[in-house]
Amino acid sequence: MDIKSPEFKQSARIALQDANLQKALGNLKAGFPGKRASAVARMPEFDALRDQARDLKNHILEHLDLYLEAFEARVVENGGQVHWCRTSEDARQTILQICREQNAKTVTKGKSMVTEEINLNEYLEEHGVQPVETDLGEYILQLRGDHPSHIIAPAIHLNLEDVSEAFHEHHHRPKSDDPAVLMAEAREMLRKQFAAADVGITGANFLVAETGSTLIATNEGNGDLTQILPKTHIVVSSIEKVVPTLEDMSLFLRLLARSATGQEFTVYNTLSSGNRRPDDQDGPENFHVVLVDNGRSDMVGTEFQEMLRCIRCSACMNHCPVYGAVGGHSYGWVYPGPMGSVLTPQMIGIEKAALLPNASTFCGKCEEVCPVRIPLPKLMRHWREKEFEKHLSPKAVRWGLGGWAFFATRPGLYRWASAGASRFMRLLGGRKGKIRKLPLAGGWTDHRDMPTPTGKTFMQQWNERQQQEKQR
Amino acid sequence: MSRADIFANIRRGLRRSEATEAQRETVRQRLQQRPRNIIPSRSQHEHDALVELFVRMAREAAAEVVELDSLEQLPCAVADNLEQKQQHELVLASDSALTELGWAAVHERVECHQRVAQVGDQASLTLAFAGIAETGTLMLFSRPDSPTTLNFLPDTHLVVLSKQAIVGPYEDTWDRLREASPGRLPRTVNMITGPSRSADIEQKLQMGAHGPRQLVIFLIP
Amino acid sequence: MSDTQTAPIKVGLFVTCLADMFRPEVAFATVKLLEQAGCDVEVPAAQTCCGQPAFNSGDNHNSRRIARQTIEAFEGYQYVVGPSGSCIGMLHHYPELFDDRDPWKQRAEHLKARAFEITSFLVDELGFNAIESRFTGTITYHDSCSGLRELGIKQQPRQLLAEVAGADLREMQEAETCCGFGGTFCVKYADISNRMVSNKTGFAADSDADTLVGGDLGCLLNMAGKLKREGRDIQVRHVVELLADMTDTPAIGEADYDLGQPL
Ligand code: SF4
Repeated sequence: MDIKSPEFKQSARIALQDANLQKALGNLKAGFPGKRASAVARMPEFDALRDQARDLKNHILEHLDLYLEAFEARVVENGGQVHWCRTSEDARQTILQICREQNAKTVTKGKSMVTEEINLNEYLEEHGVQPVETDLGEYILQLRGDHPSHIIAPAIHLNLEDVSEAFHEHHHRPKSDDPAVLMAEAREMLRKQFAAADVGITGANFLVAETGSTLIATNEGNGDLTQILPKTHIVVSSIEKVVPTLEDMSLFLRLLARSATGQEFTVYNTLSSGNRRPDDQDGPENFHVVLVDNGRSDMVGTEFQEMLRCIRCSACMNHCPVYGAVGGHSYGWVYPGPMGSVLTPQMIGIEKAALLPNASTFCGKCEEVCPVRIPLPKLMRHWREKEFEKHLSPKAVRWGLGGWAFFATRPGLYRWASAGASRFMRLLGGRKGKIRKLPLAGGWTDHRDMPTPTGKTFMQQWNERQQQEKQR
Repeated sequence: MSRADIFANIRRGLRRSEATEAQRETVRQRLQQRPRNIIPSRSQHEHDALVELFVRMAREAAAEVVELDSLEQLPCAVADNLEQKQQHELVLASDSALTELGWAAVHERVECHQRVAQVGDQASLTLAFAGIAETGTLMLFSRPDSPTTLNFLPDTHLVVLSKQAIVGPYEDTWDRLREASPGRLPRTVNMITGPSRSADIEQKLQMGAHGPRQLVIFLIP
Repeated sequence: MSDTQTAPIKVGLFVTCLADMFRPEVAFATVKLLEQAGCDVEVPAAQTCCGQPAFNSGDNHNSRRIARQTIEAFEGYQYVVGPSGSCIGMLHHYPELFDDRDPWKQRAEHLKARAFEITSFLVDELGFNAIESRFTGTITYHDSCSGLRELGIKQQPRQLLAEVAGADLREMQEAETCCGFGGTFCVKYADISNRMVSNKTGFAADSDADTLVGGDLGCLLNMAGKLKREGRDIQVRHVVELLADMTDTPAIGEADYDLGQPL
């Protein structure tokens, strides 16, 4: 996926004017937050679970190497193989290599953001292996040559007509505007693919160190068909997804669905441990776990370590007013919303991603809903620090800040300057109490009036009163 | 050497080289003792109340729940249920607890097969290992006489669950599972809560995406 | 504690830049409320801004300079109180600016423990609710983000507003959703900010209230500016104006009046 994060502002402007996108985003806002709130209300222990999940994730990160070693050893005992990949390139090559060993022509894919991150589909296609996305949303996107705009509802930016159009074009069937008919059509088309695929690739929500299992949570069941029908199952996961035990996984599962879709539990939670057992009648003969680092190990021990607690529930973006206004594609890379504004700079560099951590009012809603209590605004602010330290901030901002700080650290001068500014604005505003156009404040007055100061500054008035009182 | 690089990087971040013996011990302990985290009060009740909770939650997740007085009633109940759905073929897990039932009596209404599932199958019947009351969740796992494809490919998934197998929280099933499958887990463990669904088109929930369109739970004493 | 017979509580007023410059009435109303609650209010002259513009731009060097200045300015006051959840929230961030060995960290912690937003100070710290005020009209309350999420301000202003004779509170939809101000955000990301504030003014209008009230001038200037531009007939006021019975001045952005005092 091409990196478009440097164009965030332009993309956002276009997105705000795109009526279809805005309609689609309305579906998100009308759905997720309310459903999450009801699910949370039904679980009185929810906040206590969040605290425990935060602490447990911190414990895991402090012992990350040990849990990963334990996980690896168990996968091997279960008859599987583990591949360690430092970069996207390593991961792509490893996966292609496994596909080649199987002489794979087609691979079915369950939903996986890590495979988006490493740009797997394009790579496989270029090398003669056809990936077939099987999650309904991802399938729609693949037909359209599009990318996910949300980490759990990938096609959230599309409307029914878009889907209908894409299906009509690719399935050569009459157009339908009934979502049930469209879904049945996708089901029928993909059945054949499931059965024919040589390799199935899924992501993982959790890696269980105790048992060497990977877990996927899906509502559609596509991930299951992807992994039990082909001869080879490849799990592509990032390293921070490891949890100690099944008991620990249960804690996170209680938080995941409720935070994500507001469901009590995801329909299918499936543990995969190694390859098919000797007498089993189905299941994959080969089991590979591809563990992707891609910058994550660099975050350990830094101010960004807390981001590694993320369980990819999407609550932060579902509740984010900025995401809700501009949609996921505006962010210009794989991970959108608040979690993306923290992760993306790590993965593509702050030079290219600086606009993302700045695109926040720090309203704090994301942190309020995050099941593992990641202080997302604080982490976005840390990226702003990096940006500032590296002198990447726009010149106008740096000069503006410098000038302002000059006054703000000199109270006497500050008094004088604010009194002057107040007087200037009052002159501009005249008797109306507001200004319609203010030099250097176009960002403000393009969209709103600027209320004018109501009189002398408080400090001036206060001092005058103190003087009068003394004289009395 | 990606592996070495990754581990070196993690350790550098943690400001240590190899983990200390104390740290190793902490990890060993957690993996062996498997302490439970907070268990929601909802799932801590007498068994009868758990059965009731299971039924309520499973129905909420859009599963059909049919209560039977005995396992012997199953063939007839299955035939009735499939008739309602205008289905007449059934793929059966080769589990003797199921195959030894009186299917002959309903053979005119239901055509039974014992095999893995195939594309186009109408219905399957499997035996659940456990029911989790907390969320109305079934637990099934792969074994020679219960292939996993049966849980996903057919349009209708029929599942037999014994009331004794109903527990409160997920945690209770983990202990049972470790006992049932000593040494290592079965290849696939499925937790299933209601039939397949998707809201990927305009966030409107549609039932029956890729997995079964209907999930029917036969509850036996 | 509101008994004025006991020794007065010494409070340093944190004026905030926006109240200082745009709406001194807000600071005066705060002083009035504090005095009603039995406090002895002083305004340390060495204060300027809380430093949030620098802090949120990643400029920790200047944030620290301003933090030290503010800490010094308010040394010796039992409490530091201001009419803004956002600026007081910033004072609460000061400890993050200093590392553990830095003696300023202690001093920052000490300031944090004494720094309160006005409504939460009155309710949580003083248990004061003897509001003597009258306001005829329907009001709706916008929860500003920093106050709400950093300082837990939600019920306090509502509890006090309930004591204002004649004021009828009608909650709007999404009262807790950000108005899109966000300091420099509103000019750096003007289009997005505009969408957010438009949503907000829409909800305020839907509530049928004739006055929109809140606890942070940044948000209030933003929302008032938008309401004026949209030509909507909703007045905007800071909550302390209603609580201190100081609503005879024109509402925010609405001054068709003699400027009163000579420039
Ligand atoms: S940052 Fe938190 S809320 Fe956002 S996806 Fe990750 S876990 Fe969920």
